[in-house]
Amino acid sequence: MPNQKKYWKSEVELNVQSTLVDELSQKEFVQKLPEDILGSSELPESDTSRRDFLKYMGFSTAAATLAACEGPVNTSIPYVVQPEQIIPGIANYYATTIVDGFDTASVLIKTREGRPIKVENNTDAPVNNIANARVHASVLSLYDSMRVQGPTQSGVDVSWETLEASVAQQLKELAEQKSPVALITPSLASPTTAQIIRDFQSKFPNVTHYAYDAVSETAAINAFEQAYGKRALPSYHFSKATCIVSIGADFLGDWQGGGFESGYAKTRVPKGKKGNAKMSKHYQFEANMTLSGANADYRFPTTAVEQQFVLAALYGALTNQTLPTPLSDDLKKKVTAIAAELKAAGNGAVVVTGLQNEDAQRAALAINNVLGSDVIDVQHNTQLRLGDARVMSRLVNDLNAGEIGGVIMAGVNPAYTLPNAAAFVSGVKKAKLSVAFSMKNDETAVHSQWVAATPHYLESWGDVEMKTGHFALTQPTIRPLFDTKQFQDVLLSLSGSTLSYDDAIKAYWSSNILGGASFNEALHDGYFVTNNKSDKLSYNDNVDALVQRLARAKVKSGLELHLYTKTGIGDGQQANNPWLQEFPDPISRITWDNYLTVSKADAEALGLKNINQSDGALDGSIAEISLNGTMVKAPVLIQPGQAKGTVGLALGYGKTAGMKSEMQVGTNAYPLYQNFSPVQIVKVAATDGMHEFACTQLQNTLMGRGEIVRETTLEIFNTKNAKYWNPMTQVSRDHVEVDVTSQEADMWQPFDRSIGHHFNLSIDLNACTGCGACVIACHAENNVPVVGKREIRKSRDMHWLRIDRYYSSEETFEADLEKVDNISGLGESLSTFGKMEDPSANPQVTFQPVMCQHCNHAPCETVCPVAASSHGRQGQNHMAYNRCVGTRYCANNCPYKVRRFNWFLYNKNDEFDYHMNDDLGRMVLNPDVVVRSRGVMEKCSLCIQMTQKTILDAKLEGREIKDGEFQTACSNACGTGALAFGDINDKESEVKHLKEDERMYHLLESVGTEPNVMYQVKVRNT
Amino acid sequence: MASHYEAPIRKPLVTGNKSYHDVTVDIAAPVENPPNKQWFIAFGIALTAFLWGLGCIIYTVSTGIGVWGLNKTIGWAWDITNFVWWVGIGHAGTLISAVLLLFRQKWRMAINRSAEAMTIFSVIQAGLFPIIHMGRPWLAYWVLPIPNQFGSLWVNFNSPLLWDVFAISTYLSVSLVFWWTGLLPDFAMIRDRAIKPFQKKIYGLLSFGWSGRAKDWQRFEEVSLVLAGLATPLVLSVHTIVSFDFATSVIPGWHTTIFPPYFVAGAIFSGFAMVNTLLIIMRKVSRLENYITLQHIELMNIVIMITGSIVGVAYITELFIAWYSGVEYEQYAFLNRATGPYWWAYWAMMTCNVFSPQLMWFKKLRTSIMFSFIISIVVNIGMWFERFVIIVTSLHRDYLPSSWTMFSPTFVDIGIFIGTIGFFFVLFLLYARTFPVIAQAEVKSILKSSGDKYKNTHSHE
Repeated sequence: MPNQKKYWKSEVELNVQSTLVDELSQKEFVQKLPEDILGSSELPESDTSRRDFLKYMGFSTAAATLAACEGPVNTSIPYVVQPEQIIPGIANYYATTIVDGFDTASVLIKTREGRPIKVENNTDAPVNNIANARVHASVLSLYDSMRVQGPTQSGVDVSWETLEASVAQQLKELAEQKSPVALITPSLASPTTAQIIRDFQSKFPNVTHYAYDAVSETAAINAFEQAYGKRALPSYHFSKATCIVSIGADFLGDWQGGGFESGYAKTRVPKGKKGNAKMSKHYQFEANMTLSGANADYRFPTTAVEQQFVLAALYGALTNQTLPTPLSDDLKKKVTAIAAELKAAGNGAVVVTGLQNEDAQRAALAINNVLGSDVIDVQHNTQLRLGDARVMSRLVNDLNAGEIGGVIMAGVNPAYTLPNAAAFVSGVKKAKLSVAFSMKNDETAVHSQWVAATPHYLESWGDVEMKTGHFALTQPTIRPLFDTKQFQDVLLSLSGSTLSYDDAIKAYWSSNILGGASFNEALHDGYFVTNNKSDKLSYNDNVDALVQRLARAKVKSGLELHLYTKTGIGDGQQANNPWLQEFPDPISRITWDNYLTVSKADAEALGLKNINQSDGALDGSIAEISLNGTMVKAPVLIQPGQAKGTVGLALGYGKTAGMKSEMQVGTNAYPLYQNFSPVQIVKVAATDGMHEFACTQLQNTLMGRGEIVRETTLEIFNTKNAKYWNPMTQVSRDHVEVDVTSQEADMWQPFDRSIGHHFNLSIDLNACTGCGACVIACHAENNVPVVGKREIRKSRDMHWLRIDRYYSSEETFEADLEKVDNISGLGESLSTFGKMEDPSANPQVTFQPVMCQHCNHAPCETVCPVAASSHGRQGQNHMAYNRCVGTRYCANNCPYKVRRFNWFLYNKNDEFDYHMNDDLGRMVLNPDVVVRSRGVMEKCSLCIQMTQKTILDAKLEGREIKDGEFQTACSNACGTGALAFGDINDKESEVKHLKEDERMYHLLESVGTEPNVMYQVKVRNT
Repeated sequence: MASHYEAPIRKPLVTGNKSYHDVTVDIAAPVENPPNKQWFIAFGIALTAFLWGLGCIIYTVSTGIGVWGLNKTIGWAWDITNFVWWVGIGHAGTLISAVLLLFRQKWRMAINRSAEAMTIFSVIQAGLFPIIHMGRPWLAYWVLPIPNQFGSLWVNFNSPLLWDVFAISTYLSVSLVFWWTGLLPDFAMIRDRAIKPFQKKIYGLLSFGWSGRAKDWQRFEEVSLVLAGLATPLVLSVHTIVSFDFATSVIPGWHTTIFPPYFVAGAIFSGFAMVNTLLIIMRKVSRLENYITLQHIELMNIVIMITGSIVGVAYITELFIAWYSGVEYEQYAFLNRATGPYWWAYWAMMTCNVFSPQLMWFKKLRTSIMFSFIISIVVNIGMWFERFVIIVTSLHRDYLPSSWTMFSPTFVDIGIFIGTIGFFFVLFLLYARTFPVIAQAEVKSILKSSGDKYKNTHSHE
């Protein structure tokens, strides 16, 4: 029953007639309020009720509170005059060229709001148009907080005027005293710089110019000079090759300047009619396991001496001479067979060698001459490596003898890269004048009187003759960040010229190179080709005697040390670049270190070990490597494929000057690079202690899981049906085998994806050489954090794109498969799988780039409790960082393990003192991609910011999108064409054809994830 | 009710020829008397462990999950192991109080109160982990389907983690209500005996104004029955849903249809072991030997033996199915479990969970209090390893060998686990001093249910 009770406050209320009752219900205050309390006589007449008052009060309090909250103040300076070409949000691209004495490439620089943020390949350029991992990372070196910010004298800041005036004065004095001055630069191959140096020398005749390459190709240059009469290196067109024999040449690495992978990869994908598809054949004789060896069809681990024998035997077989080499019968037979193949290949055959031995180099040139190889191009030769080791050794002696009055060094760091660095330093100290043009306070700069701060190449002008007739230009992409000057500018001013370097380039080019063509156009393109220019060199050498010498080379006792350069660090110029330090070596997958690679047999003999800690992290014994009284300690990595009797060690590490402490890793191997010979006979001994590695891949073999990396041979590829070598995985449904991709095997409703764009990425395992340029490009594009050695060691690398490298456990992957197939019984499977964890002594190698597979049936999407991971209309698997609460369930449920978790805050955190911890380093961040905070999952997005831009641009312009416009950072960076990206709803697109290619398969198809990333079966020419 | 019928052949559930008043006095004693030194020592240790764990949690939340030993391949390890372990332990309480009530197993009356307390305390520990294991725990409320203004954001009902949220919260609330309902007459008893006004006030509040009228008792019985009916499916559903976290995934070693029954059996197994651990100590310390008798311990040992055997069958079935499936990843996952780098965890699990409970076939062993105590601890070690084995060894080597790695815990991982054990015991020790640890009102109903020949014998074992 509803409560009808009425309560009354006083008896008056009971009187219905009373006016008071009515009055009370109308007015809150029956009596007039005392005016003096309220202070205003108008108040009683005011309409404002108490409720209104409270409302106003509440509003004003809230407004006052809000107004009191001050947002963080960021000072930004607006453009007073809007630059013509800079539109916020729109990237500008500039063609330029990197020439740092080690890497040379024509590149496009993406700038945003005036900041260079990314390096891309200038694919229009005809030569050296593929940027390697180091070149891709070079944009970060621009924002290196350890750069020298202005000229200094003995560590004290000075002005450029002071520096130039004092140096000019001293040079004048030295010239008067006829005291020699050494000008040391790397091989620049810059026609304008050469002219500037000539002018400088005419002003100061006591100046001698030394070209010095940290990693020397002297033997090859000498050999070329012997054979063709010019100090240069030939160029190679590997795209014309049908049979490649490499004897110790890592031509997919840094051999003779590198840059050969794109031509090589073109011949490595089987092409032609079905049944008669062809690809090149690649034999590799080498000591260290290199990228070239990993990609070869046949790889023979051999010592340097054996390689000389092979070269001699090969020459003998090709010229029908019998040379008595002490090679094993097996190798002899192989060499004879290879010689026959070379002959059959005719002008498609090429023999290259990396032996730093003039005889060997001449023999190789002779062989190519005999073969009539079209691959080698002597007429378009390059002078990018001109350093003469002998001259440099002499210079060090002269310096120490006090015969050199002054040293000017530009872009070189001999105090670090010379094997006798200490002698060099003491020599430099004896010189009256020492000037180091340097970006860093490096080992050389700290021992020089003057440090002339130089700009990064992205702030510089320059030109280069890549090879005969092929010119390229370097232009600034940003105003110099610091008070820097190019050494050419300083030389010009010292020579008394009023020209700036860019004017000098313009002047030189218009009078000597352009031949009437537009300079601006050349600058826009970044390159210029003078078609009619080529050398007319002819072969003029007789090698019969030296081949005899090679065949009789003495086998020395002791371990052969093979020094090499790593894909990430190269000669060490960019050692302070965290992207490169954290870049996993393609072969070892170790980051932040160099190491002595030792064969398993030698390691056992020497008592060297690799062990895994309880968290999986890799540890290695430490070895002492001694050579002529020089002793270097390096951690040991047991390297499958390392030739017995050899050890390998990478140059470029162990730098300490001008480096952040985190980046001071590894061992300096330059002291072992004596006489500029990368092969040394050394003694190796185990020593106490273990070294802690940071390795991103701890399981090296494929464990017989042929489904993951599918392989076949060219013969099977040509003769058998695709169902045989690339079978679709079957599942049993009601005891009937059905394709795993068929609707019957699917628990989900089909979804029509034929509308709009549907992005797919194809990865050709034949074309991928494992170079890792894509890894760095992805890093740069997507603001992937650097986490440092300690975190990588805990298996917490953040790479969105990784290149898995697998070794076979038997001699070949095929044998692995057979072994697993033939297991019978529990006992055997126990022992077999245990053994399969160890790689073979000379394994086959395969590379597999893996990023998020963007599954149409993504396991990660279903398990996220907050739907932070969800599927896009265009096929991408999206990751909403802001929504992620960080349960990591998605990462656990990802069969590809591509999801990466922000374990800590990786930016603006002193615990992670890399580029994202300072304002300068953060300038490299891509404004189109958010920087993730801690506690969220991240992963490859198929560069959705790039595809969206393409779509919006086309929409604005009201046109359809052409095939090839859709790109990702990795597909853009890939120089070998291994990564192809596009829209499969465009029936004419390359990626659609690749999807229908019979080599196509999906990774872990059997899980039923239906990925949008596909792989092309690897075909070996064996 | 039938409880007043004295069956001549039935063993007494309460020994020592207790009168109703004796029961009241015995059960109120720990509440009414000050704790002894041992209690303070135990409480001190538990509190220290709890505070240490709390420190580790604060460190984790303020710095990042990176302070744990997890990595790109192994995204869960101790966190979810502990979560499943604690949830599993909780199951015995519900089974004892709900399922045994429905089956009219009167022996449950002496142990259900503490078993339920254990359930609630362990579910609290369990509930901590899903929150602190998040990268951004301050956003944990996003997993709740709360209408919001973030846009069209809603939780993902496909995700087993979301099912967990519902399962665990339902479980905790039903258990708590069930427990409290049972506590009402007992709180009232203490209230009525209390001399100090403060104590009287508190227990008066806790007992929700229980008056002891016939109507109260009638409602009490009805509610108990209804709640038992509600709680019974939870015994099966909660751990089933927890097992779905793994079973619905695609990871070899997780993707297993046997998981729901296997997990439920394991949960009861570990829960009974934990009840044994707690009660063997409590009956001694609180002098409750006449209520929690050897018979109780023996019965619980039998449950442990049976569920242990079920778990053992499940382990072997998993191995068989892995072989029978013909899937290379599945086969390798189980080979790797038993013989890979974590073989010791697998065999620790096998020894503790499958082999050791089989000793309970011997009457002499299952009626030995010391042995029961040891086995109860061994079983819980084994069950912790079971979850570790399932989670870590499945993840550390899954499909692509390139991602294979290992896990090792940091001091923070260990600290948080120890902290939850500390927290659990802090709660349990406080409970033991402030709550009537035996459902005395119920126990009084079974004083006269046994044959005369047992009377006055077995009074003191």
